[in-house]
Amino acid sequence: MSITKKVDRDKLVLGLAAPLLAIVAAVAITSVIIGATGKDPFHAYQVMVDYGSKSDSQVWIINKAVPYYLSAVAVAIGFRMNLFNIGVDGQYRIAAFFAAVVGGAMAMPGIVQIPVIIIVAMAVGAIWAGIAGLLKVTRGVNEVISTIMLNAIAGTVIGYFLQDGRLAKKEGNMIHTPFLPDSAHFFEFPTQPKPVYGFVVIAALVGVVYWFVLNRTRFGFDLRTVGLSESAAQASGVNVKRMVITSMVISGATAGLVGMPTLLGVSYNYGTDFPAGIGFTGIAIALLGRNHPIGMALSALLWGFLDRTSTQLEFEGYAQEIVGVVQGVIVLCVVIAYEVVRRYGLKTQQRKVGEELAAQARKSDKAEVSA
Amino acid sequence: MELAGITKRFPGVVANHDIHLTVRRGTVHALCGENGAGKSTLMKILYGMQKPDEGTITLDGEQVTLHTPADAIARGIGMVHQHFMLADNLTVLENVVLGAEKLHGIGGKAKAKIKEISDAYGLGVRPDALVEDLGVADRQRVEILKVLYRGARTLILDEPTAVLVPQEVDALFDNLRELKAEGLTVIFISHKLGEVLSVADDITVIRRGTTVGTAVPSETTPKQLAELMVGEELPSPETRESTVTDTPMLTVDGLHLSATDPDGVVRAVLDGISFTIHKGEVLGIAGVEGNGQAELVEAVMGMRDPDGGTVTLDGTDISHVPTRKRREDGIGYIPEDRHRHGLLLEAPLWENRILGHVTEKPNSKGALLDIKAARADTERIVREYDVRTPGIEVTSASLSGGNQQKLIVGREMSHNPKLLIAAHPTRGVDVGAQAQIWDQIRTARHEGLAVLLISADLDELIGLSDTLRVMFRGRLVADADPASITPEELGSAMTGATGGHLEHDEETAREEAPEAAPDAAQEATQDDDASADAREEEEGGDGK
Repeated sequence: MSITKKVDRDKLVLGLAAPLLAIVAAVAITSVIIGATGKDPFHAYQVMVDYGSKSDSQVWIINKAVPYYLSAVAVAIGFRMNLFNIGVDGQYRIAAFFAAVVGGAMAMPGIVQIPVIIIVAMAVGAIWAGIAGLLKVTRGVNEVISTIMLNAIAGTVIGYFLQDGRLAKKEGNMIHTPFLPDSAHFFEFPTQPKPVYGFVVIAALVGVVYWFVLNRTRFGFDLRTVGLSESAAQASGVNVKRMVITSMVISGATAGLVGMPTLLGVSYNYGTDFPAGIGFTGIAIALLGRNHPIGMALSALLWGFLDRTSTQLEFEGYAQEIVGVVQGVIVLCVVIAYEVVRRYGLKTQQRKVGEELAAQARKSDKAEVSA
Repeated sequence: MELAGITKRFPGVVANHDIHLTVRRGTVHALCGENGAGKSTLMKILYGMQKPDEGTITLDGEQVTLHTPADAIARGIGMVHQHFMLADNLTVLENVVLGAEKLHGIGGKAKAKIKEISDAYGLGVRPDALVEDLGVADRQRVEILKVLYRGARTLILDEPTAVLVPQEVDALFDNLRELKAEGLTVIFISHKLGEVLSVADDITVIRRGTTVGTAVPSETTPKQLAELMVGEELPSPETRESTVTDTPMLTVDGLHLSATDPDGVVRAVLDGISFTIHKGEVLGIAGVEGNGQAELVEAVMGMRDPDGGTVTLDGTDISHVPTRKRREDGIGYIPEDRHRHGLLLEAPLWENRILGHVTEKPNSKGALLDIKAARADTERIVREYDVRTPGIEVTSASLSGGNQQKLIVGREMSHNPKLLIAAHPTRGVDVGAQAQIWDQIRTARHEGLAVLLISADLDELIGLSDTLRVMFRGRLVADADPASITPEELGSAMTGATGGHLEHDEETAREEAPEAAPDAAQEATQDDDASADAREEEEGGDGK
């Protein structure tokens, strides 16, 4: 009994130790860097906290965190089975593009229109990621290579169709797909001064489903088994190849959602200014959040906070890039801190188990002697 | 060189305990013991890969502490690993100088040095050959040369003969004598008695992690050595009362499997394998490792798809059925390498209990896991199978090998298998756990379980099996009656020296003599049925 509780507590402590260690280390390193540029690092943090806690900043941060979170979940699905889906970026962009094209060509009531757009996005994302999965199991192509390539291909495919007279039209300097009809606008929370995306609900739902499927279903167990040991998974009866494809497809479908808050909540079209790079941010956030649904949510918010406050730093005479440095340092520290904490945790547990068993053995020896 | 009082503990298990080893300069010193006796750990300590918890190492009268292999190399100790560490796409020269560029550069001087060493010890190594073009024996010589190139005066060879055919073994021994003649010291790790006796000057025997004795080859017989290695106080795996029935449970017929070896050549790793295991029967497969046993297990488990022949379980053809279905249909599996195939090391025990049986009760209800029931059942397994653990939340990596194995046995037995595949079920397991695992196999066999047993421990094989087969180069080359065969006779068949039906000399006339099959692989099935029938008759009605 006692050890079970103790192990659980240890697990929690260790789980929190890694991200905290990483952030503390990152702050320390950043302080040194800011100090080296001749500025006061603590004033910078003051500015960030002050500005980041304003209500308009909070709305901005939440809205920014929604696609970040979805992207992180998409990446985490791959991570949980030892697949590095680096192609979330291409997957969400091409998904959003075709979803915008389909949505812009339809005029149906929102109850039909919105699900159709979302389903198109998920399907396109799934197909795009599925290609990488298929290549891996049939030809042995490493998914890192193929998804990077698919990112580039997605970019050129979009570039080809996103031209006046093809699937887009020109408006001033901007080229974008036709606007979605009003019926396709996703609901939003009427917060002040700006609304919060209604898609935050979908993101939360995705987090819950992610947790439930992985931890409470047979399928999730199989998926995690492959991630922990491919050979053991195969011996246990998991069809590893099929699992690679399935998980890539699910990861891609989730990636398809990443562009939706923007498409259905802000831009209502896919244009040359559609946000790019969220797929890569998702990797960092998944790492920082340890693939945990709540951890990733907190990380996504932290990332939004850093993004938001970087602009303010510039007004105060700091280099805006300093936040990029912080983010980079955090990711590095995270990777190192997790490995350190993981090894430490495994070692301490082994030692504890050894000690506990030795103690038990001594006790029973004594009991036998006295009896 | 002298090692005194070496003790090394791993979590929950003592790998080495109070080891004493003295090696004279200029000799071949053999270190022998069973699998899992602690030979490899000891050598890792000597090579600086692991630090002993207690004890001292003395080299030429000077006490030393070896922190890393680099320390060991600096003191003239080199190691030739069982698994070669060579880069295939580089030449011999490049492989040899890799990491030792400072010694003689990477050009002509290095090549001259390699030639010199090669000629001095008769290794016959060509510096410009690509490693991928070399055979196993040549690669091994390159490994030896690599070690010598780095200035080693003491060579540790870890199971060097495991991968060689007899002629190559002889050539290797010639090389070793050459090295010895030049004043080098060789520490030779093996569990093959014949080899040890033919090449070693001194022998030290390790059993259960400690040195149990030394022997001089000229005054020792293989039998004495075997007794030293195995020890007499060991629990016996004997199981005499037959429970074999005439209901076939697993029938393998003409199984054929090809695989591409690392050299890119397609070879048959399983060829014409046929046998039948009946309810209540333990069929033991003997053989030197790497002769197709692992592939046979994987083909029966569905992890490899055979390209010929059939596998029938309880009357149903399962030749190409996926692994999960086979498990659901009642195949239990104790894998050879539990870390690779039997456990999720970083997952808690209760998740390991689910592994392999996720679709079965009590682990899941429909598509959902039933975590509560799985955990309760894990508690039961821990209790009933005496898995020594503080709880079911700890990761399986923190348990000792024996307790990990007990967990696996408990898990597989909990689903009432019809057929149990047990590959080296007691490898690396302490004596207590070993006896327990044997008991469980025996009990289950009594209840009608069919068991396919693969083991390198000949006593275990002879003791537990009702029928014995010998596997050599992917074929079943011989069969034997465990009631009369000795480990020595079995051992000789394992090297391919003898085939057909093996009979103990004194009992040639006893039974089944007319049925001695010259080609056991072909006639295995009938032969097997016949022997089972014969046993049935012998025992009359009391078999049940």
